[in-house]
Parts: sequence; structure tokens; C-alpha cells
Amino acid sequence: MGDYTTVFGRLNNYTKGGVELINDDAKNYVFSNMFEVASRAKPWEKVAVAKNQQYVLEAIRAEGTSEWRVTPHDEFALVVDGDLVVELLDPAKPLVDANESGSRAVKGDPQGTPMGTIHLGHGHMALLPAGRCYRMRAEQPSVVLLQTIQGPDTVEKWADICQKF
Amino acid sequence: MTTSSLALGTEPNEHGYRSFTLGGFSFERDEYFVHIEWPTGRHVAAIEPFLKALMRDVAWNFFYGTVNFDSVIGTVNHYGTVDLFAGRFNEAYRMAELDHLENFPHDEIKQTFQAILADWVNEGFDPFAAPQETGSAYGLKNGDNNSAVTRERVTAQRMVGLPNDEPLRSDASGYPVNRMFLDVDQSEPQVEVEPGYEKEVSAFNFFAYLSRSDVTWNPSVVSVCRDSLMCPTTEEFILPIIHGNDRVEWFIQLSDEIVWEVNDRETGRPRAKVTMKAGDCSAMPADIRHQGFSPKRSMLLVWENNSAELPGLIARGEAPTVPVRF
Repeated sequence: MGDYTTVFGRLNNYTKGGVELINDDAKNYVFSNMFEVASRAKPWEKVAVAKNQQYVLEAIRAEGTSEWRVTPHDEFALVVDGDLVVELLDPAKPLVDANESGSRAVKGDPQGTPMGTIHLGHGHMALLPAGRCYRMRAEQPSVVLLQTIQGPDTVEKWADICQKF
Repeated sequence: MTTSSLALGTEPNEHGYRSFTLGGFSFERDEYFVHIEWPTGRHVAAIEPFLKALMRDVAWNFFYGTVNFDSVIGTVNHYGTVDLFAGRFNEAYRMAELDHLENFPHDEIKQTFQAILADWVNEGFDPFAAPQETGSAYGLKNGDNNSAVTRERVTAQRMVGLPNDEPLRSDASGYPVNRMFLDVDQSEPQVEVEPGYEKEVSAFNFFAYLSRSDVTWNPSVVSVCRDSLMCPTTEEFILPIIHGNDRVEWFIQLSDEIVWEVNDRETGRPRAKVTMKAGDCSAMPADIRHQGFSPKRSMLLVWENNSAELPGLIARGEAPTVPVRF
């Protein structure tokens, strides 16, 4: 008694809550679980689990090595399960317009100056800075929650992931 | 019409507390209760939940939309002016035409509420703290706790931990790990930075940062992507206010569990109960009010869209009250 256990979700160990209706439509709450979403996703698929106008939070199943991406605005990667290595690169020439939204895939290996490498563990958050390129690597299946803006590779499949009744 | 009046504290009453007026509203406290009067009625409430609600309202700058202190009293933020109301969002008061509302300049109502907190919060009582981590709000006037009631809400400009931004928390800076988060890993990420990129290559332990929060139900801005604000908070016991949304808000449960009672924003009629466990993501529509219950201290990510245009768009029906339709 008095020893507390903090319960975090994991890709292979999570318990889902839900919406109990009194006088409403369950769809209004767009209720999902990021670990369930990631468990059914392809590696590096950017599945929106929250959306507010143009802004999204994406649940990403990190597994293996991602493609290089460039982001026109700051993004923030929160590791909610597993471990992640992030490489950052300052491109030799601008690869994205700062007025765009959402990150873009970069074809091949971009030319530029290495900025650094970040080793993230459970609960760690990293800045993915505007105008820069990044590539992620996860030795074991991991889950990232990404704060970003809806872009060309954001996947919306609300009917598949959300409580409907 | 905007009401303008001075927040006047009277001489202390027999319990040691000053009384205050704001427009047609008056506020008085005794050992156990706050007594609020307005031209069409009066209200009595226990002083502890009242001070906890008042504290959030002030610290959040009246937040997004409606802050219901209880089923009768609350405020509506118009981002420059603020409504103080009695019964405005209570169906019975509305039907009986006993509801009352006055609009005040932001600074005036904030200064009045700050003056009430400064006088009515006794030494040892922290309105932000969990019930088991603070002294009593009740009794005769007994000193003050100005360091607690004047806390600044954390609002990172880009991300916590970056140079010239909000600092990380540590034992040395006065933020020990909370008693319910002693099992949370405190290791920091390994960051290898090439020279010249120190302001951009940055990471921190988000969960450890939250585990050291000394307040409950107080979202703070930790990362910013244009108008997208990550506002995590640690929650224990009951959200001291009932938040009425003026825009869609999102909850991402990061640890443990919270149960939300969701009622209609206008009438207060029950609509749903949302149980959130670690990893769950749920929207709060723009036409509801909600109150959370957290049996153990938990980590909640409140995710906000700070766009100033949203409340007007939703109020005019030009934007939906739900985030997506499917």
C-alpha cells in the first residue's frame, strides 16, 4: 500500500477505454487508441489520431529505417513506446517552402551538413526543426506521436480506427 | 455592454476576510463558504472548491471558452473582455429568468479575482495541489500563500529545454518527482550536436518533466507548432472546474486513467461518459462541457488549437463543432 505504479500503454500491452453514450453520437468524440492504431499500421505510416482544423497528431509505427523527410515548420516527436534514433541534416539548398504544411519525403539521400543525432527512449520528445531534414531508425517496433500539420502523407482512416457506436 | 467598476476589498469581517464587489456581483467568505450575490439572486458554495476553480480561471487567463465554477457561477472568455455569470448555463435559472451576466475588461476581473485569492487563501493551502498534498482551505483567516497563488503558468515559445525557452525541472530547481510518479524513468535522451546547431538539436524527457509537476489540472505549453499547442498536465482527484468548450479540444491520455463526465454546454444535460486509458485519444466537441476524475495522478496531454478565429467561426456555424466526420 502506498507504492504507486504508473500505467503506460505499449504497442503490445494496452487497455482501451471508451465512450459510454447517454444522449450523443460516439463519432463526435473520434475516440481511438494510438497503440491499437500503430499495431495495425505499416512501418512509418503517418496515421492521424487527432485533428483540429489543419493540425494533426500522427501515430507512427517506427520500425527499421525511415526515408529522409523535410519539414517546412517545426514538428515534435514524442516516443510513447520503444527507442528511436533521429538523424538531422541541414540541406545544402532549401527543399521545402516555409509556407507549406506537413513534412515531405526526400528522394534519395539529401546533400547537406549533418546537424546531430538524437537517441530517444520511452517518453522522450525531440524537436524536428523547420526547414531541416530528418531520418528515423528503430531497431524494434516502436511508437511515435508526432505533432505536426496535415501534409501529403498524412493518413486519415477515422472509420477504421474510431469507436462508432 | 462592458461594465467597469473597481474591485474593492472591504475591511476584514469577523472571520478575518475582506469582501469584494465586481459590478453587480459581491463576494464574501466565512470559515466554510463563499457567499455570492447579484441583482437577481444569491449563491452559497464551499470555499475549497471555489478557490480551486478561481485559481485555475486566473492562472489560465480565463482559458478557452467557459469556466464553470459549479452549476451556477462561472466566466466566459471573449479574449479582451470576460463575462462573469450566474445561472447563464443552468437550464432552470434560464427558464426562471433568474440568470445574470455582466461583462468586464479582462484586467479588471483578473485583478479582482487575484485580490480575492490573495486575501482568502490561507497559509498552508495550495489551490493547485492534490487534496493529500495541501493543508486546509477552511477556518478563520490565517496568513496567506502568495507564492502558490501567483505561480506563472509554463508557456514555452518553441519547446521546453531549448536555449532561452522554458527550463527543465529538477530537484535543484525545486521540482522533486511527485510521490505517485516515483517509478517514472528520469533518464534524459542522448543528444549529439554538431557545432552551430545547439539551438535546433534538442530533446528532453517529456514524461520525467511531467512527473515533476507540482500542480494538478493546470495545462502548460510544452511545444508549439504554429497554433498547435501541446499542453500536458498531471491530474489527480477532480478537475475543479467544468470546462465549456468554444472550440474542439483534444485529450490524449499518456498514463493511467481519467473518467470524463460530458454534458451539454448550454443546458448541462448529460451526453456521455468517456473513460480514457493510456494511449487513448478523444476529442471534446465545441458544444459540450466536461469534468474529469483521476483516481491516481495521471499524465494527460491536452492538445489545443490556439487560433483566435475559431470561436467566432464555430459560433457563426462556419466551422463544425466536431473535428472530423466519418
